[in-house]
Amino acid sequence: MKQKLIALLSGLLFGFGLSLSQMIDRDRVLGFLDVSGDWDPTLLFVLGGAVGVTVIAFRFVLRLPRPIFGSKFYLPTRKDIDLPLILGTAIFGIGWGIAGYCPGPGITALVLGIWNPVLFVIAFIIGSLTYQWYANRSTKSDRLLGKNMG
Amino acid sequence: MTEVNWFAALAGGMLIGLSATILLAFDGRIAGISGIVNGALQFKPEENWRWLFIAGMLVGGFLYEYVFASESTPVSSFAPVAMIVGGFLVGIGTRMGNGCTSGHGVCGLGRLSFRSLVAVITFMITAIITVFVTHHVIGY
Repeated sequence: MKQKLIALLSGLLFGFGLSLSQMIDRDRVLGFLDVSGDWDPTLLFVLGGAVGVTVIAFRFVLRLPRPIFGSKFYLPTRKDIDLPLILGTAIFGIGWGIAGYCPGPGITALVLGIWNPVLFVIAFIIGSLTYQWYANRSTKSDRLLGKNMG
Repeated sequence: MTEVNWFAALAGGMLIGLSATILLAFDGRIAGISGIVNGALQFKPEENWRWLFIAGMLVGGFLYEYVFASESTPVSSFAPVAMIVGGFLVGIGTRMGNGCTSGHGVCGLGRLSFRSLVAVITFMITAIITVFVTHHVIGY
């Protein structure tokens, strides 16, 4: 229960911060990415403010033996640079450049009551499930292949 | 250069950082939005906190837009093809690359993860190239 309240509060701050910093305005984001046009540095301040806080605060948080309301930290363990990381983040960047939304601002912009974020979020979910289906399928066929070869 | 409300941008960014810090400190979770959504879509009871986070994002956005904001967010032009193509690629890419601007950017850089640094540099480069092509080559 306490954990769920934290999730709600944390989400609230996240959505409020995205709106306050104008990241739910896709023209601001596209203005940042358009370096050869009339460049808009807003996103740099937002990312700078956010990372400035996490770089300092995470030092202290990760020294805790466990989270305050939880049993363990769920942290990514991988450190290798592999093809799916590069290819996946490259594809993400292309989609971000086309839409002007990444997942956080796309979802929060739903409150604006316009169609763009609605279409973006639906397409994002379909893309995510498509990759999940594809990845599950290839893992299964790898397993089958392994069996055959064994 | 476009006129910028740098104070609102910096304050909003710091709130996002605070949000990620609270979620990590209390629940031990990473505030990566694509990861939170992907987990929520598994529809398992133990993952219900993810839906609350998403609900919180909407409440926070609503509060700012309709209670605190002195002027409403400008509405961008309707771009259905960009939304569908862009959204689909964002879905595939964040799943394959394990994260987006928040997971790799805000949280990954906060953890000083080299993997996330590589991710951020990669998606920034491809996004900037994409916008260059769509705005200045194709003229979209």
